[in-house]
Amino acid sequence: MRNCPNKLIAWIDERFPLLKVWNEHLAQYYAPKNFNVWYLFGSLALLVLVNQILTGIWLTMNYKPDARLAFDSVEAIMRDVNFGWLIRYMHSTGASMFFVVIYLHMFRGLLYGSYKKPRELVWILGMSLFLALIAEAFMGYLLPWGQMSYWGANVIISLFSAIPGIGEGLATWIRGDFVVSDVTLNRFFALHVIAIPLLLVVLVFLHIVALHKVGSNNPDGIEIKQHKDTNGIPLDGIPFHPYYTVKDLFGACVFLTVCAWIVFYAPEMGGLFLEPPNFIPADPLKTPEHIKPVWYFTPFFSILRAIPNKLGGVVAMFAAIFVLFFLPWLDRCPVRSIRYRGRSYKIALSLFALSFVSLGYLGSIPPTPIAARFAVVFTLIYFGFFLLMPIYTRLETTCPLPERVVWPPTPFLQRTGWHWDQARTTIAYFQTKPYCQKIATSWQQLQEAMRENKLLRKFL
Amino acid sequence: MMRYALILFFLWPVLSWAELSAPLEQPKINPGDTASLRRGAKLYVDRCLGCHGLKHLRYLRLKQDLSLSDEEFKTLFPWLDRPTGALTSNLRDEDAQAWFGVPAPDLSERAKALGTDWLYTYLKSFYADDSRPFGVNNWVSKDVAMPNVLWDLQGKQKAVINKGQIERLEIVEAGSLSPQEFDRTVTDLVNFLAYAAEPTQLERRRLGKYVIGFLLVLTFVAYRLKKAYWKDIH
Repeated sequence: MRNCPNKLIAWIDERFPLLKVWNEHLAQYYAPKNFNVWYLFGSLALLVLVNQILTGIWLTMNYKPDARLAFDSVEAIMRDVNFGWLIRYMHSTGASMFFVVIYLHMFRGLLYGSYKKPRELVWILGMSLFLALIAEAFMGYLLPWGQMSYWGANVIISLFSAIPGIGEGLATWIRGDFVVSDVTLNRFFALHVIAIPLLLVVLVFLHIVALHKVGSNNPDGIEIKQHKDTNGIPLDGIPFHPYYTVKDLFGACVFLTVCAWIVFYAPEMGGLFLEPPNFIPADPLKTPEHIKPVWYFTPFFSILRAIPNKLGGVVAMFAAIFVLFFLPWLDRCPVRSIRYRGRSYKIALSLFALSFVSLGYLGSIPPTPIAARFAVVFTLIYFGFFLLMPIYTRLETTCPLPERVVWPPTPFLQRTGWHWDQARTTIAYFQTKPYCQKIATSWQQLQEAMRENKLLRKFL
Repeated sequence: MMRYALILFFLWPVLSWAELSAPLEQPKINPGDTASLRRGAKLYVDRCLGCHGLKHLRYLRLKQDLSLSDEEFKTLFPWLDRPTGALTSNLRDEDAQAWFGVPAPDLSERAKALGTDWLYTYLKSFYADDSRPFGVNNWVSKDVAMPNVLWDLQGKQKAVINKGQIERLEIVEAGSLSPQEFDRTVTDLVNFLAYAAEPTQLERRRLGKYVIGFLLVLTFVAYRLKKAYWKDIH
């Protein structure tokens, strides 16, 4: 009886490459051992996708895609369905957290040059995933059928009418009606629930297959496959399972704790995750004072508004997303990681991050003349980062690359660089504060108490 | 120069929203305060439910969440034999259109849409204005069609106008409640609406502690597991 599981696996293995797949992608997939916190977001994105699919299935059991019933059915889920509120908040929080995780995942790529040869296809598949995710989120936001759902969809679909010639017809074709209506709601429901999730799952599969073909990049941006032992295993690689499965499990627990706090204590996140006007049922005759998309679209919305011409704005907005596809060919620097790149890229990337966050903020407030002027400046920086990239990356003076990955990681106090200096100064400042000292002493007391307890000692 | 630009950048949402409407007051909202919810529910039934329904709030749910006994429920809703159905209004949209010019909106989720600060200040900001059909206007929501349903409690308010703009409101005829009592009464009402907008919030807050507690323990175990596995990575 004891060999039963082994026998079962053997039986399956004769008919299906179970062990082969397990080994190739987990137990014998060698990942660099120097991954840092930035490398958690890939697996977290997968976790959020699973959450969205599972909660989504339960939501569809009670949701009614009908313009007359949609709003009430969402409220029925919130009030009358057992734990419906929890499922719905997990779905709405998950949507926002998906973008938090994906933006950080993409920024990791920019930091460590993960898009560079030979990982161009990994990057392109990832960008396709991002596009699909945008479509998924946009269509999902219509379903609660609140004022912001309705008018947000109205504004975004009408953007297509700016295309010369076919514009109006195209917008009508997308809506299935001359205005956003029950027809639009039904087709968005179908796309949100079946079509795009399927596409997302297929793209995730391809993204991972492509990644495992070329191997993961790492914070030092050097190939671990260049130094192999006699068995052909990279010297700086460790099997994904169990090392990264346990590490990602820990990361997932921290992430879930944060998400749980949002779900239970701040599900609307101060109007960022669930916008206040969306608690009023959609009314085609009453335009809200200030139509704005959810926070994760505001950077692109800001770019749209920054251009005074409608068609120009639409083109700029789509260009802002599509320019990312060309990143592997725009970057001319042979060095991948920001650790060994020149100052010009460091400054450019900082400016880019600043402009992205600022555009996000500007997109969420009413367009005053000053706001519009700032938006133009940040839009120029956004595009400048990409379009000037072939020039400034070619002129970079890079640092020499290490032969092997840096291991163990440099301790916090010994790291060099301007931003580490700033981080140390900030921490030193807080260490002088009495309340921080108080927390530190109570933490030490807690550890002391745990050390004295026989059972609790094991956790230290 | 750069510094001024930055200060301006972060300040202008504040500056641009310094509008003509009333500054919003911030009442202390606590949907866990059952006594306040009961007072709010009573006031709502007496003075609001005639026009504004709460179609997503069920009588049974209200009875359970406010821990109302059968007798207490009977005094609050004398027209009901049993706690069935939802708190809908009997005012038809066509009638409201004819009498007030607009249908009276359902207030089920309004506390979430407008915010409790807005509702609180709105309910306190009616002032005498003879140009309006009901003799009152509102500082927060100008030319609103709603009459002041709390007038006998609050008293009559007059707008103090400075350079063509309302500066503040002052009471010219005292109501049956003192200003402090009136503030508490409006807080109760807004508290009730905040509860009605999401009755599950009481359960949500209660449950959250256990879920986060469990996750913290799990995080700790996962951390130890990671440490144990990674011991042999040199």
